[in-house]
Amino acid sequence: MKRTFIALCLAIFLGSVAYAAESAATPATAAPTSTTSSSPAATTAVMPAATQNTPEANTPAPDRTFKANPMVTIPIFLIIIGVTMAVVVWSAKKTKSAADFYAAGGGITGTQNGWAIAGDYMSAASFLGISGMIALYGYDGFMYSVGWLVAYITVLLIVAEPCRNAGKYTLGDILSFRTEPKPVRAVAALSTVAVSTFYLTAQMVGAGKLMQLLIGIPYKTAIIGVGILMVGYVVFGGMTATTWVQIIKAGLLMSGATLLSILVAAKSGFSPFQFFNDIATSPNIIEHVQKTVLKDPLPMPGFDYGQRFLEPGLFLKAPLDQISLGMALVLGTAGMPHILMRFFTVPTAQAARKSVIVAMFIIGTFYILTTLLGFGAAIHVTPQAVMKVDKGGNMAAMMLAQQMGGDISPFIGDLLLAFLCAVAFATILAVVSGLVLAASAAIAHDIYVNVIKDGHADQHEQVLAARVTSLCVGAIGILIGIAAEKSNVAHLVALAFAVASSGNLPVVVMSLFWRKFNTAGVISGLVVGTVAAIALVMVSPNMTYPKKVAADAQKVITALEKQQADGAVLDAKQTADLAKAKGDYEKNKDGKSLMGLDAPLFPLKNPGIVSIPLGFLAAIIGCLAFPNRRSEEMFDEIYVRQNTGIGMAKAIDH
Amino acid sequence: MAEKQQDWSAIARNPKFVELHRKKTTFLIGWWIFSTVYYFLLPIGAAFAPGLFKIKILGRINIGYLFALSQFFVSWGIAMYYAHVANKDFDRLTRELVDELR
Repeated sequence: MKRTFIALCLAIFLGSVAYAAESAATPATAAPTSTTSSSPAATTAVMPAATQNTPEANTPAPDRTFKANPMVTIPIFLIIIGVTMAVVVWSAKKTKSAADFYAAGGGITGTQNGWAIAGDYMSAASFLGISGMIALYGYDGFMYSVGWLVAYITVLLIVAEPCRNAGKYTLGDILSFRTEPKPVRAVAALSTVAVSTFYLTAQMVGAGKLMQLLIGIPYKTAIIGVGILMVGYVVFGGMTATTWVQIIKAGLLMSGATLLSILVAAKSGFSPFQFFNDIATSPNIIEHVQKTVLKDPLPMPGFDYGQRFLEPGLFLKAPLDQISLGMALVLGTAGMPHILMRFFTVPTAQAARKSVIVAMFIIGTFYILTTLLGFGAAIHVTPQAVMKVDKGGNMAAMMLAQQMGGDISPFIGDLLLAFLCAVAFATILAVVSGLVLAASAAIAHDIYVNVIKDGHADQHEQVLAARVTSLCVGAIGILIGIAAEKSNVAHLVALAFAVASSGNLPVVVMSLFWRKFNTAGVISGLVVGTVAAIALVMVSPNMTYPKKVAADAQKVITALEKQQADGAVLDAKQTADLAKAKGDYEKNKDGKSLMGLDAPLFPLKNPGIVSIPLGFLAAIIGCLAFPNRRSEEMFDEIYVRQNTGIGMAKAIDH
Repeated sequence: MAEKQQDWSAIARNPKFVELHRKKTTFLIGWWIFSTVYYFLLPIGAAFAPGLFKIKILGRINIGYLFALSQFFVSWGIAMYYAHVANKDFDRLTRELVDELR
């Protein structure tokens, strides 16, 4: 049984590598050579668009103009890989028991754990995405970032310490305390795996695209590279290695952001007034707000377009969606399995408390610095140049690094950019490792050890199960990452938070604080919350609706054909656009969305506002419908334990 | 599970525990509600009172920016205050309770 399981996992893993290696080999014969060979041309032509402030209408192939210098980037990457590998070797020696593997033996201090939480939480998406959003839409990007910090108030006040006192390794441990362990653990594990998979897929696809864009590695090679490192960290080093990778990453990210912020602030003489004045009077920002964002063909007399960049409403135009996302963040962060798991690594509730506070200061400072980077990119790189490299603005911080360093000397520009690339790389590794570990813990500890083996597994077997599971989860992560290259994954992060807030959080809170809560409540709450969140996203505007794509293509066709009819000759780009629009129209005009819909059924991109109340309601109804005396009688025990830590499961098993 | 069998319902009735539980519940729920309301004022305000957010206060810095920035400081403030109260009050009560049971 065990042998077949391991063999199966190995087969999946090797299969994925073979599959990916084959497809990666065709476009670029060997991955490492391709990075060096393709770029000398690119590096000399780095960012002409950014240094000249006026955007030119037809610069050909804008995506080739911005790329990191591999001669600088590769060594920095190798240093990071080398250091983290050393950490893995060191922690592999210390990882002997299940507690070592899942919870680093409870030997992480509060401050270390704080850095690790920050490293686990701040993804490349928040680092690059939010600074890009600020660079393109100003104030709204900053407003968006606030919820990611406020979310930690819920973690601090409601879940951190009780979880440390009442839990052991996983969400299932907390939930099964006074319920029927088997069904509850099974459902909790499924929900953990669902959340981790959504989040992991978004991270993997993002990682692949980022590496492709930054250093020119083919997508599949990037995914496999990241995947192998991630599996290596988790399988050999368990929680200890994952923690230290996250701490290293948080340190790198904070130093990168601080350094760059100082350079940006120096340009405005370290005066906030001057800085805001620079934003509001930048001719490029004024033009960007007028033409691209507000789409006024001619400036409205007397309207201050520069100041408009500092006011809300340029990007986030659906307040209900915003509130819905806010709810998912505030409640979802506290239900994220990889965040909950971090609290089992510290020895006491006091250390758990301290770690959240340390994490809050790091995360908060980081988002404030991100504002400086985003606005800095808008002033110095210009929104036009940022949009030319990536429509969503994801490269804003990177371009800013190169620009700020390049103002000192071109080599420092390359160096700073390479450093930020390395930060992004470390960021991806840290976040995906945490997710793989959380998912593996749910499968190995909850399902294998406690459901299949009834908790009768010795330390050796538990660690083996955990390692094999991590290997499988990692391999599946790689496979999904490769398969999802072309698909729309933007909604997956929102989906992960929606499931965590609608499924996990209600049942965690009620398990810890409500006397009557029982098995039926956990199961109905988890199932309804998770299913509601997923179902609402499936019918939301996040999905691709071919009819809408076709309608948009039709608009382009009509506009261009009208120009042609008026006697204008289309340039090469317009002709290509017309052909593409026609193709899109033909391909999509009879299509339906994944759910067979023509248009979204649910109007919001974030389901939280509906699915969170549903999750709570289902948990309450389920539990009241099937009352259980034993669960009620055991409430005193869990309540005393979670408040005082008396009889706390020792992190180190004797 | 526990090394020593505790009488959990007796501890739950212990006056020290009742005091700890009462103080903690009031504090945690109160501040959680405060922080949540304060946070949701941001998207709600930006959507329904944009005029207010646009008022310039310091040079070009407007209320909206200061309000968003204040969210960070309010969150940190709550965190620090909680740490202070927890270290002083909650931990002391817990220690006294644990000592009494020993």
